[in-house]
Amino acid sequence: MQFDNQTGAGDDVLIRVRDLRFRRGSRVIFDGVDMDFHRGAITAIMGPSGAGKTTLLKLIGAQLQPETGSIEVDGLNIHELSQVDLYDLRKRMGMLFQSGALLTDLNVFDNVAYPIREHTRLPERMIRYLVLAKLQAVGLRGAAGLMPSELSGGMARRVALARAIVLDPMMIMYDEPFSGQDPISMGVLMKLIRDLNDNLGLTSIIVSHDVTEASSIADYIYVMAEGKIMEQGTPRQMEDTHSEWARQFLNGLPDGPVAFHYPAPDYGQDLFGG
Amino acid sequence: MISRRGVELLVGLFVALGIAALFMLAMQVSNLSTVSMGDTYQVTARFTNIGGLTARSPVKASGVRVGRVTDIRYDDKTHEAIVTLAIEKRFNQFPVDTAASIYTSGLLGEQYIALQPGVEDQNLKDGDKMLFTNSAMVLERLIGKFMVNKMEQ
Amino acid sequence: MGELWQYLTAPFTALGRGALRSFERVGRSTLFLLQVLRGVPAVLLRPWLIVQQTYSVGVLTTVIILVAGGFVGMVLGLQLFNILVRFNSESSLGTTVGLTLVRELGPVVTALLFAGRAGSALTAELGLMKATEQFSAMEMMAVDPFKRVLAPRFIAGVVSMPLLAAMFSAIGVLTAYVIGVGLLGVDAGSYWSQMQNSVDFYNDLMTGFYKSLAFGFVSTWIALFEGYDSVPTSEGVGRATTQSVVHSSLAVLGLNFILTALLLETS
Repeated sequence: MQFDNQTGAGDDVLIRVRDLRFRRGSRVIFDGVDMDFHRGAITAIMGPSGAGKTTLLKLIGAQLQPETGSIEVDGLNIHELSQVDLYDLRKRMGMLFQSGALLTDLNVFDNVAYPIREHTRLPERMIRYLVLAKLQAVGLRGAAGLMPSELSGGMARRVALARAIVLDPMMIMYDEPFSGQDPISMGVLMKLIRDLNDNLGLTSIIVSHDVTEASSIADYIYVMAEGKIMEQGTPRQMEDTHSEWARQFLNGLPDGPVAFHYPAPDYGQDLFGG
Repeated sequence: MISRRGVELLVGLFVALGIAALFMLAMQVSNLSTVSMGDTYQVTARFTNIGGLTARSPVKASGVRVGRVTDIRYDDKTHEAIVTLAIEKRFNQFPVDTAASIYTSGLLGEQYIALQPGVEDQNLKDGDKMLFTNSAMVLERLIGKFMVNKMEQ
Repeated sequence: MGELWQYLTAPFTALGRGALRSFERVGRSTLFLLQVLRGVPAVLLRPWLIVQQTYSVGVLTTVIILVAGGFVGMVLGLQLFNILVRFNSESSLGTTVGLTLVRELGPVVTALLFAGRAGSALTAELGLMKATEQFSAMEMMAVDPFKRVLAPRFIAGVVSMPLLAAMFSAIGVLTAYVIGVGLLGVDAGSYWSQMQNSVDFYNDLMTGFYKSLAFGFVSTWIALFEGYDSVPTSEGVGRATTQSVVHSSLAVLGLNFILTALLLETS
């Protein structure tokens, strides 16, 4: 796959964000952002905490409205859709929340079956096949009878992942999938994200600040801070970045454009001065 | 985790218990059994003063409830109150010269209409007007009369 | 000079800001209610959801209502007897107990207990759902949380309250009977006949019923709103739960006055 900054080929791009501006209260979250998400690719969005990464996912899912700018998904401007059309579009989107967001009063099987039961009239036998198949894909078929409270964090996320893909969506959004996980769980998730993306022909968006993990599976990376895109490119291109800031962020350097010291008066003055 | 059947059963019991409680309150506690009447026929009576009579006040004969007040209106031309009484159909032996008086139960209780049967042969039927009525005794007037009497002495 | 002015006016500006926020909250809660009501028709097609919620809202509150009703009835028996005996009217115990329970204590005390037990549970549950992003997840799965989660709980609350209030009054009347007739020597016949003579089906029983319906409506609405609107952190949920009980209780008591004034017919 060839990646340029602004692709002209319409069909290749599933999600197109143009001139996005969004504010929360008086804080500017996005200040004129352009992004392209290519079909079949895993795109990672990275940046410091509070940069608005989760907000971006909510904007793409049309849970929030931008001030100006447009977001097009599969050719449709999502913020101009009617409620009914928007709900139809959402059925083709999967989302994995940071905490899994499983429904606490249903067991694992019912949680994964939930979207099927809500949106289709498939018979229970078919539902059983689908649910078990998806649970098998994430390696948790044996946990079908457990309640969410009995699952570890990593397992809950995998169940949520199974739920997100149960209706065979065209895209999945991951909100901080790697945060707070032990190395094995992380490895499992990384493998799942990559395999599912390729095997099911999905388009994936990962929001994360775990640079190493996200970079190792992403096809394209956007680094954001202060409402703007600071850097973008393939993982390869990012290694050779010219931006001081991006270099500090990606390599986890303690000092650089983001200073180590909180602004303070002169040290000598503070210690000995009046 | 209670099974689905268990939940349905308990909710059913809950609702049944609630309705049973409502029923018990309606029958045992309230006057529902005495309020609901069979078929009634209506007669009107005119009073100069109805005192504290209201719609649904009881209509009694010899102290027994035989009906209810269903309507109270004011006649602007004759300056009287027109009260409609609904009497149960099984009590259809009130002569046309029966008197209707407004009394108070106890000393400070609610007011009701007492029927004193007359002597005529014909009985009251639906739509009839009562001939004899006694208005309510208004406490202020009694005191006023008493004072005037006292003054005259 | 400017600073002094700010210092002096600070409490007033804070008051104003607080008032504006309160109004904003009331407005939000009204819009919330409309959304919940709009979700009701759809839920009626899936009665299992309502049944499930009636279990957690109604059935689980029954025991506390019955116990409370029992105790309140007994206290009423004692206290009212004590007062009536001074006027030689202890035979009117049935009347006083019946009217007190059916008109006031039944609906009001039940509503307060309901707010404390069922209302707080609803708020906490919804707050937790919000904190774990379950509402967002539902929206992203194209499921309307109002239809799936909120409307069933609302209907369950409105339906359960009158039933619970009736249970409270019924058991109160019975335990007052046990104390009055069994213990204090009031004549059994007078107890029931006096009660039946004075408790009017329309004026007393039905107004009590309407009151409990209104209380169910309001306290369930507040419990759901506080949970849905809570700050999605653990302190936020805790705060929302206490607020829910306080606001519900005050609303019930205030509404009680208004309804009593409106519905009480002075004969």
